[in-house]
Amino acid sequence: MILTNIDSVPGKTIVQHMGLVQGSTIRAKHIGRDIMAGLKNLVGGELRGYTELLQESRDEALARMTDQARLLGANAIINVRFATSSVAQGASEILAYGTAVRVE
Amino acid sequence: MGFLVVLTLLLLGLVVGGSIERNHFRDLEQREHASRHRVVLSDKHCDDPRPVARASLAVGSVVISTDYFKQFLAAWRLLFGGELRGHATLLERARREALQRMKESAPHADLFLNVRFETFMISQNSQNALGTVELFAYGTAIRFVRRLDDDLDVPSPHDARR
Repeated sequence: MILTNIDSVPGKTIVQHMGLVQGSTIRAKHIGRDIMAGLKNLVGGELRGYTELLQESRDEALARMTDQARLLGANAIINVRFATSSVAQGASEILAYGTAVRVE
Repeated sequence: MGFLVVLTLLLLGLVVGGSIERNHFRDLEQREHASRHRVVLSDKHCDDPRPVARASLAVGSVVISTDYFKQFLAAWRLLFGGELRGHATLLERARREALQRMKESAPHADLFLNVRFETFMISQNSQNALGTVELFAYGTAIRFVRRLDDDLDVPSPHDARR
Protein backbone atom coordinates (compact mmCIF):
# COMPACT_ATOMS: atom_id res chain seq x y z
CA MET A 1 0.00 0.00 0.00
CA ILE A 2 1.49 3.31 -1.11
CA LEU A 3 0.44 6.38 0.86
CA THR A 4 1.05 9.96 -0.27
CA ASN A 5 -0.37 13.32 0.76
CA ILE A 6 -0.23 14.78 -2.76
CA ASP A 7 -2.77 14.27 -5.54
CA SER A 8 -0.74 11.64 -7.39
CA VAL A 9 1.68 8.79 -6.85
CA PRO A 10 4.99 9.95 -8.38
CA GLY A 11 6.39 7.35 -10.78
CA LYS A 12 3.02 5.60 -11.24
CA THR A 13 -0.23 6.23 -13.07
CA ILE A 14 -3.62 6.22 -11.41
CA VAL A 15 -5.97 3.89 -13.29
CA GLN A 16 -9.02 3.89 -11.02
CA HIS A 17 -10.46 5.91 -8.14
CA MET A 18 -12.21 4.00 -5.35
CA GLY A 19 -13.45 6.88 -3.22
CA LEU A 20 -12.82 8.13 0.29
CA VAL A 21 -11.39 5.84 2.95
CA GLN A 22 -10.90 6.68 6.58
CA GLY A 23 -9.68 5.25 9.85
CA SER A 24 -9.94 6.66 13.33
CA THR A 25 -9.22 5.85 16.95
CA ILE A 26 -10.06 7.51 20.25
CA ARG A 27 -7.47 7.19 22.98
CA ALA A 28 -7.38 8.23 26.60
CA LYS A 29 -4.16 9.00 28.41
CA HIS A 30 -3.54 7.01 31.55
CA ILE A 31 -2.93 8.33 35.01
CA GLY A 32 0.73 7.27 35.33
CA ARG A 33 1.68 9.18 32.24
CA ASP A 34 -0.33 12.13 33.50
CA ILE A 35 1.59 12.30 36.77
CA MET A 36 4.92 12.13 34.94
CA ALA A 37 3.70 14.83 32.59
CA GLY A 38 2.77 16.99 35.56
CA LEU A 39 6.31 16.69 36.92
CA LYS A 40 7.82 17.36 33.50
CA ASN A 41 5.72 20.51 33.30
CA LEU A 42 7.98 22.02 35.96
CA VAL A 43 11.20 21.79 33.97
CA GLY A 44 9.88 21.61 30.42
CA GLY A 45 11.07 19.35 27.60
CA GLU A 46 9.66 16.41 25.70
CA LEU A 47 6.94 14.19 27.20
CA ARG A 48 7.99 10.88 25.62
CA GLY A 49 4.97 8.99 27.00
CA TYR A 50 2.58 11.29 25.16
CA THR A 51 4.65 11.32 21.99
CA GLU A 52 4.48 7.51 21.88
CA LEU A 53 0.79 7.44 22.76
CA LEU A 54 -0.14 9.79 19.92
CA GLN A 55 2.22 8.03 17.50
CA GLU A 56 0.60 4.66 18.29
CA SER A 57 -2.87 6.12 17.81
CA ARG A 58 -1.86 7.63 14.49
CA ASP A 59 -0.41 4.29 13.31
CA GLU A 60 -3.66 2.60 14.34
CA ALA A 61 -5.75 5.14 12.40
CA LEU A 62 -3.52 4.66 9.33
CA ALA A 63 -3.78 0.86 9.65
CA ARG A 64 -7.59 1.02 9.79
CA MET A 65 -7.63 3.31 6.76
CA THR A 66 -5.36 0.99 4.73
CA ASP A 67 -7.50 -2.03 5.73
CA GLN A 68 -10.54 -0.28 4.33
CA ALA A 69 -8.68 0.56 1.13
CA ARG A 70 -7.51 -3.03 0.75
CA LEU A 71 -11.12 -4.24 1.01
CA LEU A 72 -12.01 -1.94 -1.88
CA GLY A 73 -9.20 -3.45 -3.96
CA ALA A 74 -7.03 -0.34 -3.93
CA ASN A 75 -3.24 -0.43 -3.81
CA ALA A 76 -2.56 3.21 -2.94
CA ILE A 77 -4.12 6.08 -1.00
CA ILE A 78 -3.52 9.63 -2.15
CA ASN A 79 -4.18 12.97 -0.45
CA VAL A 80 -3.88 11.51 3.05
CA ARG A 81 -4.87 14.02 5.77
CA PHE A 82 -4.90 13.89 9.53
CA ALA A 83 -7.25 15.51 11.99
CA THR A 84 -7.03 15.51 15.78
CA SER A 85 -9.64 16.67 18.24
CA SER A 86 -10.28 16.38 21.96
CA VAL A 87 -13.62 14.70 22.41
CA ALA A 88 -13.48 14.69 26.22
CA GLN A 89 -11.12 15.83 28.96
CA GLY A 90 -8.07 13.58 28.60
CA ALA A 91 -9.25 11.75 25.47
CA SER A 92 -8.56 12.60 21.85
CA GLU A 93 -9.65 11.32 18.48
CA ILE A 94 -7.13 10.80 15.70
CA LEU A 95 -8.57 10.56 12.22
CA ALA A 96 -6.77 9.70 8.98
CA TYR A 97 -8.52 9.94 5.63
CA GLY A 98 -7.66 9.90 1.96
CA THR A 99 -8.68 8.80 -1.53
CA ALA A 100 -8.20 5.11 -2.35
CA VAL A 101 -6.88 4.53 -5.88
CA ARG A 102 -5.49 1.78 -8.04
CA VAL A 103 -2.09 2.58 -9.58
CA GLU A 104 0.10 0.84 -12.16
CA MET B 1 6.75 28.47 53.24
CA GLY B 2 4.51 28.63 50.18
CA PHE B 3 6.64 31.48 48.88
CA LEU B 4 9.78 29.33 49.23
CA VAL B 5 8.21 26.49 47.26
CA VAL B 6 7.21 28.82 44.43
CA LEU B 7 10.69 30.37 44.41
CA THR B 8 12.32 26.91 44.24
CA LEU B 9 10.04 25.87 41.37
CA LEU B 10 10.81 29.10 39.51
CA LEU B 11 14.56 28.59 39.93
CA LEU B 12 14.24 24.95 38.88
CA GLY B 13 12.34 26.01 35.76
CA LEU B 14 14.84 28.74 34.96
CA VAL B 15 17.99 26.65 35.43
CA VAL B 16 16.97 23.12 34.40
CA GLY B 17 14.40 24.24 31.82
CA GLY B 18 16.86 26.68 30.29
CA SER B 19 19.59 24.07 30.05
CA ILE B 20 17.22 21.51 28.47
CA GLU B 21 16.23 24.11 25.90
CA ARG B 22 19.81 25.10 25.05
CA ASN B 23 20.84 21.44 24.65
CA HIS B 24 17.85 20.81 22.43
CA PHE B 25 18.66 23.73 20.12
CA ARG B 26 22.29 22.55 19.86
CA ASP B 27 21.17 19.02 19.02
CA LEU B 28 18.68 20.32 16.43
CA GLU B 29 21.34 22.40 14.68
CA GLN B 30 23.63 19.38 14.30
CA ARG B 31 20.88 17.14 12.93
CA GLU B 32 19.58 19.83 10.59
CA HIS B 33 23.08 20.35 9.25
CA ALA B 34 23.55 16.60 8.71
CA SER B 35 20.31 16.28 6.70
CA ARG B 36 20.46 19.60 4.82
CA HIS B 37 20.82 17.91 1.38
CA ARG B 38 17.46 16.22 1.70
CA VAL B 39 15.19 19.07 0.75
CA VAL B 40 11.79 19.69 2.31
CA LEU B 41 9.20 21.46 0.14
CA SER B 42 5.67 22.59 0.81
CA ASP B 43 4.93 22.31 -2.93
CA LYS B 44 2.91 19.42 -4.32
CA HIS B 45 5.09 19.00 -7.40
CA CYS B 46 8.74 19.36 -8.20
CA ASP B 47 10.43 19.91 -11.55
CA ASP B 48 13.10 17.30 -11.01
CA PRO B 49 13.38 15.27 -14.24
CA ARG B 50 14.71 12.13 -12.55
CA PRO B 51 12.32 9.15 -12.46
CA VAL B 52 10.82 8.34 -9.06
CA ALA B 53 11.58 4.94 -7.57
CA ARG B 54 9.33 5.16 -4.56
CA ALA B 55 6.90 7.48 -2.81
CA SER B 56 5.70 7.04 0.74
CA LEU B 57 4.14 8.95 3.61
CA ALA B 58 6.60 10.25 6.22
CA VAL B 59 5.46 11.47 9.63
CA GLY B 60 7.19 12.90 12.67
CA SER B 61 5.78 14.19 15.91
CA VAL B 62 6.76 15.47 19.33
CA VAL B 63 4.90 16.36 22.51
CA ILE B 64 6.65 19.10 24.40
CA SER B 65 5.92 21.11 27.52
CA THR B 66 7.10 24.44 28.82
CA ASP B 67 8.77 24.99 32.20
CA TYR B 68 7.38 26.59 35.34
CA PHE B 69 9.41 29.76 34.94
CA LYS B 70 8.04 30.41 31.45
CA GLN B 71 4.52 29.67 32.60
CA PHE B 72 5.00 32.25 35.32
CA LEU B 73 6.22 34.86 32.83
CA ALA B 74 3.34 34.01 30.49
CA ALA B 75 0.85 34.56 33.30
CA TRP B 76 2.21 38.12 33.66
CA ARG B 77 2.09 38.65 29.92
CA LEU B 78 -1.56 37.67 29.87
CA LEU B 79 -2.25 40.67 32.10
CA PHE B 80 -0.45 43.24 29.97
CA GLY B 81 -0.48 41.71 26.50
CA GLY B 82 2.46 41.42 24.12
CA GLU B 83 4.46 38.60 22.63
CA LEU B 84 4.92 35.38 24.62
CA ARG B 85 8.60 34.86 23.82
CA GLY B 86 9.01 31.77 26.00
CA HIS B 87 6.15 30.02 24.25
CA ALA B 88 7.44 31.11 20.84
CA THR B 89 10.75 29.29 21.39
CA LEU B 90 8.85 26.28 22.74
CA LEU B 91 6.79 26.00 19.56
CA GLU B 92 9.82 26.68 17.36
CA ARG B 93 11.87 23.86 18.80
CA ALA B 94 8.90 21.49 18.78
CA ARG B 95 8.25 22.26 15.12
CA ARG B 96 11.89 21.80 14.15
CA GLU B 97 12.06 18.56 16.13
CA ALA B 98 8.92 17.18 14.44
CA LEU B 99 10.29 18.06 10.99
CA GLN B 100 13.62 16.45 11.82
CA ARG B 101 11.89 13.27 13.00
CA MET B 102 9.87 13.19 9.80
CA LYS B 103 13.12 13.32 7.79
CA GLU B 104 14.73 10.66 9.97
CA SER B 105 11.69 8.37 9.60
CA ALA B 106 12.45 8.15 5.85
CA PRO B 107 16.25 7.78 5.70
CA HIS B 108 16.22 6.73 2.01
CA ALA B 109 14.24 9.70 0.73
CA ASP B 110 15.88 12.38 -1.42
CA LEU B 111 13.05 14.89 -1.27
CA PHE B 112 9.93 15.64 0.78
CA LEU B 113 6.87 17.08 -0.97
CA ASN B 114 3.79 18.83 0.41
CA VAL B 115 5.06 19.00 3.98
CA ARG B 116 2.44 20.24 6.45
CA PHE B 117 2.44 21.03 10.15
CA GLU B 118 -0.30 20.48 12.65
CA THR B 119 -0.46 21.77 16.21
CA PHE B 120 -2.55 20.07 18.85
CA MET B 121 -3.05 21.39 22.37
CA ILE B 122 -3.01 18.62 24.96
CA SER B 123 -3.29 20.18 28.39
CA GLN B 124 -6.34 22.30 28.90
CA ASN B 125 -5.75 23.25 32.52
CA SER B 126 -6.82 26.80 33.16
CA GLN B 127 -3.56 27.77 34.88
CA ASN B 128 -1.26 26.80 32.02
CA ALA B 129 -3.04 27.90 28.89
CA LEU B 130 -0.19 26.65 26.70
CA GLY B 131 1.43 24.01 28.88
CA THR B 132 1.68 20.97 26.65
CA VAL B 133 1.48 20.89 22.90
CA GLU B 134 1.91 18.31 20.14
CA LEU B 135 3.60 19.31 16.91
CA PHE B 136 3.12 16.99 13.98
CA ALA B 137 4.80 17.17 10.57
CA TYR B 138 3.95 15.01 7.56
CA GLY B 139 4.75 14.87 3.89
CA THR B 140 5.41 12.63 0.92
CA ALA B 141 8.93 11.17 0.86
CA ILE B 142 10.32 10.73 -2.66
CA ARG B 143 13.23 8.52 -3.63
CA PHE B 144 14.65 8.91 -7.11
CA VAL B 145 15.87 5.99 -9.22
CA ARG B 146 19.59 5.32 -8.85
CA ARG B 147 21.67 4.04 -11.74
CA LEU B 148 22.35 0.81 -9.88
CA ASP B 149 19.09 0.62 -8.02
CA ASP B 150 18.84 -2.39 -5.80
CA ASP B 151 16.54 -0.94 -3.16
CA LEU B 152 13.35 -0.96 -5.23
CA ASP B 153 12.15 -4.02 -3.34
CA VAL B 154 12.27 -2.35 0.06
CA PRO B 155 8.77 -2.97 1.47
CA SER B 156 6.63 0.00 2.33
CA PRO B 157 6.08 0.46 6.09
CA HIS B 158 2.34 0.29 5.46
CA ASP B 159 2.37 -3.14 3.80
CA ALA B 160 2.36 -5.21 6.96
CA ARG B 161 0.04 -4.32 9.76
CA ARG B 162 2.71 -4.17 12.51
